[in-house]
Amino acid sequence: MGHFTWPIFPQYLQNHPIQAILVSMTDQDQIQYDANAHQLRCQGEWDLAHLPHLQQILGSLSWPTQGELVTDGSGIKKMDSAGAWILTQWRDKLKQQGINVDFQHFAKEQQNLISLIQHQLETEGTLPKVTPLPWLGKIGKVTIDYLAQFQKYLAFVGQLSLEALRLVGHPSHWRFPALATVVYRNGYQALPIIALLSLMIGVVMTYQMGLQLRNYGANIYIVDLLGLSILREFGPLLTAIMVAGRTGSAFTAQLGIMKINQEIDALDTMGVTSAELLLLPRILGLFIALPLLTVWSDVFGVIGGMMMSNNMLGITWYDFLHRFPQVIPLKTFLLGLGKAPVFALIIASVGCFQGIQVKQNADSVGQNTTKSVVLAIFFIIVADAFFSVLFSKLKL
Amino acid sequence: MKRPNDPIIEIKNLKTYLGGSWVHKDVNLTVNRGEILGIVGGSGSGKTTLLREMLCLTPVASGSIRIFNEEVVNASRKVLLSVQRRWGVLFQQNALFSSLTLLENVAFPLKEHTELDATSINDLALLKILMAGLSADAAVKYPSELSGGMQKRAGLARAIVLDPELIFLDEPTAGLDPNTAAEFDELILNLQSTMGLTIVMITHDLDSLWRVTNRVAFLGEGKVLCVDPMSKLVKNPNPMIQAFFSGPRGRVAEESYQHGGQDHGN
Repeated sequence: MGHFTWPIFPQYLQNHPIQAILVSMTDQDQIQYDANAHQLRCQGEWDLAHLPHLQQILGSLSWPTQGELVTDGSGIKKMDSAGAWILTQWRDKLKQQGINVDFQHFAKEQQNLISLIQHQLETEGTLPKVTPLPWLGKIGKVTIDYLAQFQKYLAFVGQLSLEALRLVGHPSHWRFPALATVVYRNGYQALPIIALLSLMIGVVMTYQMGLQLRNYGANIYIVDLLGLSILREFGPLLTAIMVAGRTGSAFTAQLGIMKINQEIDALDTMGVTSAELLLLPRILGLFIALPLLTVWSDVFGVIGGMMMSNNMLGITWYDFLHRFPQVIPLKTFLLGLGKAPVFALIIASVGCFQGIQVKQNADSVGQNTTKSVVLAIFFIIVADAFFSVLFSKLKL
Repeated sequence: MKRPNDPIIEIKNLKTYLGGSWVHKDVNLTVNRGEILGIVGGSGSGKTTLLREMLCLTPVASGSIRIFNEEVVNASRKVLLSVQRRWGVLFQQNALFSSLTLLENVAFPLKEHTELDATSINDLALLKILMAGLSADAAVKYPSELSGGMQKRAGLARAIVLDPELIFLDEPTAGLDPNTAAEFDELILNLQSTMGLTIVMITHDLDSLWRVTNRVAFLGEGKVLCVDPMSKLVKNPNPMIQAFFSGPRGRVAEESYQHGGQDHGN
């Protein structure tokens, strides 16, 4: 290695193979071909580094149409399996065209290597064919995959429910430390970010609505609008979306890596079900934490709105807080809060399900984490729409 | 073509400080071209650390490691790359890329380091898979779909795909059943003789040590205590070496080698 000598190989000569003998007269060249004597001399380094060049030369020379071709390997300084492979391949190709290639004066090791490779190629040479599906087949496959996935999800939820019912009777199996950790990590530690975002959403909404209200001189109605929209919709929805991104993804990644490390299998063999130690604490923990976070978000959303009303619409803190309980019934707050546990169940069950579905490769951790967040947000919005329809039917 | 005493790796006065203690106090070791060198030692004697240092994955405290006559301690990227293209590594856990099929795994170094067309790359990669004793059917599978022994073979196929002069094997037979381990030993010997490889292997497998290696380096107390062929090493009076080889398993391996095994190497 070290020095690469790429012999000069003029383009115009490549097209006139009859003159190939002239081309390969330099010392560095790996092939000297004498077309008249049916002789070929190989020399120099026949290795992986020179393989593209060797392929080029062998491809550009024109071989006789019949008879025998003597190949002399005495000049080969170094040959590795790539060099042996190309010689073998070339010999097979010429054999198909009816030309016999005779290898002569190759070193013992090189002969061994060539015969080994010949043997390997003869015994099992080709890859099994994988035929791609036609487009209709692809659609069918994707559909079936999704349905199968959904069925698995339902089975997962069912299994978890049974497990939860079983544990109700065994308080000694309740995992309080694991539950507390989940509430701490996914509830307490999320407080600052949820507060900040809710505050800003409150500010932004007040600004947009205030612009319209000011045109009609109806500034004070900002309290009604803001209270209703934040307590009923934006508080629960935004918190759930934030938590889906923050917690759902974490659940999937944690459980996925544990699955790959066979930690979940290990638990199952020790008579501790993964549902008991890993899944139910996560689901129950988020079930507790998300409603609390929603209240937190409601408070900061309203504070943000209050700040903006004070600055932009001239509604003092006192006026705002005085009007708020008069126009916003407790029902509004409770209806908004009531959605949070449902959202929590969606996020936690989708996150855990995707984590358990991780396969034995690194790619699938990434894919399932993405899926977990996307599906959780999707189902949260679907559920929210469902609640709107339900509440309007019930005239709430 | 091969000079008998042409050093391919030279380690001099190597010291390593890791996790609050000196793992290597003064390691000196030479690996000659064309030989199979085993590295043994008790748990925590720094075998894997030594391997990682040769592979430039762990920094050393002081000393010199020369591979192919290039100093690799604090080497520049360019020097390192030129060395890296000439070696292959089989990691203990195989380290196959889990999101690629076996064929893609083996073809990966070829794609990165050669300018061959896709067909040649696939053909060459398939050839190496076959040489490692796997079938073409296995080539389209993902690593997780293969058994432990097949994964080892796949790792070996990837290690030899660039036709390296030197390969490092970290516990190649660990976790394999005795039959598969013995087959793997034969595979290593076979490849070594046909491809003219130099092999550095860390192993605890006493059968492998007897069957495969030409010389064995015994690591202990932060040093290389002894480098000898197995037959001489087991007679070394050092109490650590005696403790390592004179257990019941050591005796069984030695006897089976002396009665049944063919004489290999030295």
